[in-house]
Amino acid sequence: MGYPHPSHPRETPVLSKYFGDPAARTLDGWRDRGGYRALQQALAMDPVDIQNVVKDSGLRGRGGAGFPTGVKWSFMKPDGKTHYLCVNGDESEPGTFKDREIMRWTPHQLVEGAAMAAYAIYAETAYIYIRGEFDEPIRRVEQAVADAYAAGILGANAMGSGKRVDVHVHKGAGAYICGEETALMNSLEGRRGNPRIKPPFPAVAGLFGKPTTINNVETVSAAPHILLNGADWYKSLSNPANPKSTGTKLFSVCGNVARPGNYEVGMGFPFKDFLYDLCGGPPAGRRFKAIIPGGSSVPILTPEECETAVMDYEGIQAAGSLLGSGGVICFDDTQDIVRQIARLARFYAHESCAQCTQCREGTAWTTKILERIRDGEGTMQDLDTLLQIADNMTGKTICVLSDSCATPVVSGLKKFRHEFEAKIRPSRSRIMIPDRASEVAA
Amino acid sequence: MTAPAAPAPAVPGMVTLSIEGRTVSVLPGTSILEAAKHAGILVPHYCYHPSLPVAGVCRMCLVEVEKFPKLAPACATAVGEGQVVHVHSDKAREARKGVLEFLLINHPLDCPVCDQAGECELQDYTFAEGRKDSRYLEAKRFNPMEDFGGDVLYVPNRCILCTRCVRFMDAVAHEPVLNVSERGDRAYIGRDPGADLTHEWAGNVVDLCPVGALLSKDFLNKARAWELDRTASICPGCSQGCNIMVETRDETVVRLRPRPNADVNVHFMCETGRLDYRWLDRRDRLEYPMVRDGAGLVVTDWNTAVAQAASLVRGAATVAVLASPSLGNEALFVLGDLAGSLGASRAYVLPRGDEKPLPGVKDLALRAERAANHTGAMHLGYTETETPFAGLGTGDVVIVADEHLLARQPLALPAGVTVILFGTVIPAWASHATAVALPICTFAEEEGTFTNLRGRVQRYLQAKTPPALARPSYLVIGELAAALGRPRPAPLASAVFDAMADVTPAFTGLRWAKLGLRGLPVLEPVEAGA
Repeated sequence: MGYPHPSHPRETPVLSKYFGDPAARTLDGWRDRGGYRALQQALAMDPVDIQNVVKDSGLRGRGGAGFPTGVKWSFMKPDGKTHYLCVNGDESEPGTFKDREIMRWTPHQLVEGAAMAAYAIYAETAYIYIRGEFDEPIRRVEQAVADAYAAGILGANAMGSGKRVDVHVHKGAGAYICGEETALMNSLEGRRGNPRIKPPFPAVAGLFGKPTTINNVETVSAAPHILLNGADWYKSLSNPANPKSTGTKLFSVCGNVARPGNYEVGMGFPFKDFLYDLCGGPPAGRRFKAIIPGGSSVPILTPEECETAVMDYEGIQAAGSLLGSGGVICFDDTQDIVRQIARLARFYAHESCAQCTQCREGTAWTTKILERIRDGEGTMQDLDTLLQIADNMTGKTICVLSDSCATPVVSGLKKFRHEFEAKIRPSRSRIMIPDRASEVAA
Repeated sequence: MTAPAAPAPAVPGMVTLSIEGRTVSVLPGTSILEAAKHAGILVPHYCYHPSLPVAGVCRMCLVEVEKFPKLAPACATAVGEGQVVHVHSDKAREARKGVLEFLLINHPLDCPVCDQAGECELQDYTFAEGRKDSRYLEAKRFNPMEDFGGDVLYVPNRCILCTRCVRFMDAVAHEPVLNVSERGDRAYIGRDPGADLTHEWAGNVVDLCPVGALLSKDFLNKARAWELDRTASICPGCSQGCNIMVETRDETVVRLRPRPNADVNVHFMCETGRLDYRWLDRRDRLEYPMVRDGAGLVVTDWNTAVAQAASLVRGAATVAVLASPSLGNEALFVLGDLAGSLGASRAYVLPRGDEKPLPGVKDLALRAERAANHTGAMHLGYTETETPFAGLGTGDVVIVADEHLLARQPLALPAGVTVILFGTVIPAWASHATAVALPICTFAEEEGTFTNLRGRVQRYLQAKTPPALARPSYLVIGELAAALGRPRPAPLASAVFDAMADVTPAFTGLRWAKLGLRGLPVLEPVEAGA
């Protein structure tokens, strides 16, 4: 299958195998496709053994940070305390829409993964927190949870195992910051979605003050496949040369590209092949100018930097950016980088929770300067100021939203400084940027 | 900025670390910021307040901790054994400079008209280590001023979103009516719909606000902070005995503010106490000794007035003493001693109101007993009464010490009773019967002690000069006592206090010199040399 276009032969569809297959959405359909076998198996196991399988598989958090999932689960001990699992479906990172498709097409895949992960961390309750704007995904997941309860898959006696697994779906109210793990917990508790100071870490005091594990939708969805097929199978899906990044990863591709959409490839896939072979390269007659490889919060790469990179945690890092959430944003040579970065900064300024001074004031100030440069009112001094503001915004706040705003500015200024300068120098009119040129002509 | 050469010997049960080269041992779990205070180092901060939950949001207190990958917020980072902390390293100073610049980009430069100027932490830290210029070329954020109700005015343009006020109303007042509304640089302090800051303790948000965003309407545009003289004192409003600062400008009390005392009021005081200071500035005071001449009172000299009072007492059939429970222990002691020698009854009338606690702080409330020293009065042998003039009649004398009886009006003095008044004013109920009136000081004009409801003896200091010939209460009462054959008390409150402690069981072991400005509990043995 595949959605919105059929899977490319070079893809490795595991999570995305049934994207575009409406029958996979139903409980019966999902069971026909092998669903809930992994959960049945898991519920008969010792949670430590599940943790070990996931540890062996090398699965790492798919939300952006890439923390080893099995290690995270092993922080949760059978200490008699109430534990919680939070599944982060607040997918709001610009350029990222992989979890949306998992929830739309294979909600049972998520429910199964969430139930299994909850059991593996000695929790009886899992909360699936879904971005408020995700209307269809919420309906699909809610339906799947209701069906799973009706079929006895969830509840006091999950799949007849005698073990309790409850899954609740919670709808966010439209804040990007609620995708930050502790802000998500505050939001779930009914508080303002502000990130919390760490320590204490969620594994010690998370949701409702109880030990909590929080995983991305893609991460928990991968877990049942790993349990069913084994850690070695999972590792075999990726480039064996790099044992640190294993399995498959969903990449969301958007922007100026011939075939945007979700692609699932094994870790270590060559970025150049990905861009040109799978995604069809830039639109006809154009060239890539810049690529953001992992959602809007990671450094911008030039096409040259991308084309030599491989798509795993280490490969993208070696190229000077981060794998992040896997949201690949493509800009072609018609795009005005200053305008794009100003737009990104505006997003962060809008979404800053307003707690930390650097973020509250810095994101807005950055936006104002960038928009002034974009509008031709900038000065050379603004460029230095931008970099110094970015420095003051990095590594000094409770969460990384502030850093995320600074990152595209710093990398953009480093790699596309000439575009900024062109807007400042009087000679800027000679740089013909098509969409701006039409405005000038009008 | 190097670590001490030899590690200090570990103190059992304590965490030892180095801050700015100074070694300090503190209890585990202490924040770096508090540990730095122990070492005598101020880590600049805005959102942190010792009486509020930690928020860690202003990011001003970022310090460099060796082996930490990033700067750490000193307010939210617990001390660790052997940590080496730099508060004034280049990295930490640069971070603070950045925060200050961010805080100022939307902050108006209206210090010349801002009430907070002179006691503003944004001003202070900017002056100490901020940038000299601004790189901000854009328009500043604007939000209109808002009346928050009660005594509080909100000026959002000056707000730095430290959330101290939000946390106070939530975690201390347990009336969470304030919140952070909106996001990003559009954020401001919002109120719940229909709610306002009329809570009895809400005025503390003005003190908590580190900048001029929350202002007292009562103090608005009244005086500049640098014009004020500040005197440690005790709130006379109720038996809680909140430690306060009496702030005066040119001998006029313009504001009362809480003075920290962990054992009494932490950092807070109530609105009733805070706003009840105008009587200290009354212009219709009793300023000279006065004696009756026909229908009115005429000014005379001290000797004449005291001699006349003494002769009235000697000629009286019965003498009764009615003292205010808001007089200091020293005056009550001298008056009680005189009453004892005369065989006179000692009584006080206690005004009462509703008890209004501050739920987030243990044992702190606006007390139902609305007098500062009713515990002291009890300890000194006075008894509370509802009917202070019962049994008095023609030919009797009642010695009244600053009792206004405002709470008990109308209260008729029996016909034929003569009043000898030690007073700050002549109360209406006594004016027709007063034979001698001797002017005394208010608590703000003299030194003395109050005993609060938990038996804590606390000193108040003289904040302003008394009007005309008014003298300290214990001194004036002592003049009458001397005229009636009692030994003349020493002229200083300290000496009167020590003499009182020598002979009064309730004050055993206390010494003026040991009281300090935070007071000591009475009825608890004081160890030798403590």
